[in-house]
Amino acid sequence: MKASNRLWEQRLEGHLPEQLAQEISTFETEIELRRQGKVDERIFAETRLRRGAYGQRYDNGQRHDGSQTRQLAYDTSKNTKGPNTVWDAPGMMRIKIPYGGMTPEQMEVMAELAEEYSDNIAHVTTRQDFQLHFIHLEDTPTLMRRLAAVGITTREACGNSVRNVTGCPYSGVCPDEAFDVTPYADALTQFLLGHPDVQNFGRKFKPSFSGCTQHACGLAAMHDMGMIAATREVDGQVERGFKIVVGGGLGAVPHQAKVFAEFLPVEELLPIAQAMSRVFARHGEKKNRSKARIKFLIKTWGIDKFKETVLKERQKLPNDPRWTEYLNSVDDGKETPLNPPGELPPINGSERLARWLKTNIRAQRQAGYVTATVALPLGDMTSDQLRSLADIARQFTNGTIRTTVEQNIVIRWVSKKDIPALFDALDKAGLGEPGASNILDIVACPGTDTCKLGISSSRGLAAELRSRLAGKCFELDEAIQGLHVKISGCFNSCGQHHISDIGFYGVSRNIQSFQVPHFQVVLGGQWEENAGSYGLPIVAIPSKRIPDALDRIIDHYMKLREKGESFQLFINRVGKAQIRQLLDDLKTMPDHDAEPSFYADWADPREYSTGDIGKGECAGEVVSAFEFAMTDAERMVFDAQTVLDSGEAQKAGTESYSAMLKAAKAIVMIEYDDITDDPDEIIEEFQERYFDTKVFFDPFAGGKFANYLFAAHDSAGTPFTEESARHLIEEAHLFIEAVHSCYNRIRSKSAS
Amino acid sequence: MEFQHVTVKIYVDGEMQTDPAKFIDVFHAWIREGTLDGLLIDVIDYRHVPAGPGVMLIGDASHYSMDNVGCRWGLRYSRKAVLEGSNEDRFREALQSAAKACQLLESHFDADPSLRFGRTEFDLSINDRALAPNTQETLAAFTPELEAFLSPALGHGEFTLTPPADQRSLFGVNVKTARPFDLTAL
Ligand code: SF4
Repeated sequence: MKASNRLWEQRLEGHLPEQLAQEISTFETEIELRRQGKVDERIFAETRLRRGAYGQRYDNGQRHDGSQTRQLAYDTSKNTKGPNTVWDAPGMMRIKIPYGGMTPEQMEVMAELAEEYSDNIAHVTTRQDFQLHFIHLEDTPTLMRRLAAVGITTREACGNSVRNVTGCPYSGVCPDEAFDVTPYADALTQFLLGHPDVQNFGRKFKPSFSGCTQHACGLAAMHDMGMIAATREVDGQVERGFKIVVGGGLGAVPHQAKVFAEFLPVEELLPIAQAMSRVFARHGEKKNRSKARIKFLIKTWGIDKFKETVLKERQKLPNDPRWTEYLNSVDDGKETPLNPPGELPPINGSERLARWLKTNIRAQRQAGYVTATVALPLGDMTSDQLRSLADIARQFTNGTIRTTVEQNIVIRWVSKKDIPALFDALDKAGLGEPGASNILDIVACPGTDTCKLGISSSRGLAAELRSRLAGKCFELDEAIQGLHVKISGCFNSCGQHHISDIGFYGVSRNIQSFQVPHFQVVLGGQWEENAGSYGLPIVAIPSKRIPDALDRIIDHYMKLREKGESFQLFINRVGKAQIRQLLDDLKTMPDHDAEPSFYADWADPREYSTGDIGKGECAGEVVSAFEFAMTDAERMVFDAQTVLDSGEAQKAGTESYSAMLKAAKAIVMIEYDDITDDPDEIIEEFQERYFDTKVFFDPFAGGKFANYLFAAHDSAGTPFTEESARHLIEEAHLFIEAVHSCYNRIRSKSAS
Repeated sequence: MEFQHVTVKIYVDGEMQTDPAKFIDVFHAWIREGTLDGLLIDVIDYRHVPAGPGVMLIGDASHYSMDNVGCRWGLRYSRKAVLEGSNEDRFREALQSAAKACQLLESHFDADPSLRFGRTEFDLSINDRALAPNTQETLAAFTPELEAFLSPALGHGEFTLTPPADQRSLFGVNVKTARPFDLTAL
């Protein structure tokens, strides 16, 4: 843990948005409560996930060292931070970057955090987030504060929540877009963040925005809710809207999204998203997490029933001014260039620059400007590079930067005349790598490096393939250069192997009584057209033979390709059986004694074992809204005690009363999920549903504990003394316990 | 001023001839054999990052790496956990940990080609911007403490301390010595 956590708290006091500051303090209290064993580990795990604090490989406190599994000597006297997760084991912090939009100031803070808390690497993910690894839990509130000070939140970055809202990194500058989706993506982000209707999902929910149908920048078809910009003309007026697709997703079993609406006017975007969230929260699977994504609900119901239910829900929603307020300003705040437009000056000689120009520059819809891609190997960059990039963005643009789903960063609004100078600056910072979006730009998930579920080393393989391709990539045929290669460490598809031309995902095989890392070869996926179709696995090949497999596939394509034939069409024509046969002999393994390296993974000399695979946290535990609310209520009573100890009786009393209301609301929500935060309404509903019916009555104490609540409500607003605050804290404890007991009685009754 | 989270980088002498991939094997062996003090967790390969951390040995309280930051290879030791004691204790712990790792690597790669760390230069920085902002005030407080600590090993007035040019960098100094120092004496 860092020595400076308290210093940062003091330094940033008053500099954070109030809401964020409050949320972070709450999280800090939750950490403390868990440390003291006062919060259940399962609930705490989901709580921290919803704050972006994720688990990492080996955090169960053991690791296979190549010959045996050994315990890692963490201090086990402390509590866990989740089921089977050691408190002191470092974890990962996921930082949401909505639609990838960042400022240079934010990049500088990210650089500082990577340096001070992580391993000096900031990693861009396939959903435009940043991830920092090897972070200690007790440091996470400080990271959150430092991020919040520059307008970034980690809230709902993981767990069963609305994840980062992704969007085309070229929005607003793309020649092919219907319109700039940025303000809509921003509005949806703000609207859903922390919204009460998105707190009770059985699994995560991923939205994405795309400016057009044909390109892959937004990958709408592989999202839970994909928005594709569209316009239509009504009475001579151009109207903006979105084609809405739902239920897409990769994972073990990929699903293509279904069309929910061919054209949804922009005014309906937020209410429909809200209605959809409510339907998902209410009807989505909660027990079996492998069937809990919205795609399974849509599959069970069919798109027509799903649509009908969402539209009905939409009709019931009370009007929320936020649905349309933002529409008045969608054309304000547009990005502007720093420098006037220009033309590319003559390029003399440099082959590296010529290659970079070919692959890393994309013309903007605005004449005289381009967007430049900074290709990050495996999505990684150092803190120094991030700072340099912030400088470069300021030097050549108004700081207009976005992360991409290909784990890169784009700099928008570069005047064409500045291109050579921009390249020089990037190259000097080690960021001038050519080959963006081509075969060299391999995407890989964290795999066995840091992911608890990793089976094979996706990053190790990606690095190996990159280094083999680097020397020859630009000599290869154009058709080969343009192929997309994506790698996942397991079937969960975080590396998006289904939507690449050539994909790989990690599996293991038992050979000669040894476990051997393998990759399934996946062919036929389509990157374009917003991830238009998914590939299928054809054969599992030992990891160490995958480079040979790739070479053979490429050679075969080159030899048999018909003029202008895309790789996807080629695979469809020759058939997967032929490719399987082509690779068949690569399945054979040399003897262990002759070639022991085949029995280890890439960049890892340990004899391979699947013993390190743990339970993933991708989904988080399914924790009901009731449990969350009750944990909150308990935390509030704890806070009340703390403030009373520091002499603030009034605050302590008020907080205890709020905790009782929170608990009462939690139990009301079981029957009536539209309950508001209005104290009168909570009391009324609680009384009607649980007191008058005697459901709440304790077998021995009857309605005594409910009467504590009623009395506290009746005297709300009366000043507290030290004594009355102390009494109320005691009563709040007892009331909360009674709510738990009542809930347990209801559950056991319904179970029997 | 309290200086926690001390980071030290000792540079490779001249051009590094060792294939960085070999550090992966060595670091895994260090974990297996418990070669270094403290809990070591895993090895991460960042060789694909230009001027990056190279090969990292991730630990619970400290990280080690053979890194190429600034396009210069060197052994970096980075203390993550709080260390009780005085600033001098913390300087010593970081320098001795880095020096020990350098010696181990030198003896592992003692031939064909050999790996040797320089004895006239290292970086020492404080990986915490709140405790040690990169300012003149920090430099003024830090310099006498570090000089007092280093003088017995490096000789009074026999070394220079140069802070980084970029104000956004971590606070620290590059230490250059007039005479080669002994790694074991640090
Ligand atoms: S695909 Fe598998 S190994 Fe890769 S990050 Fe996802 S869960 Fe982990």
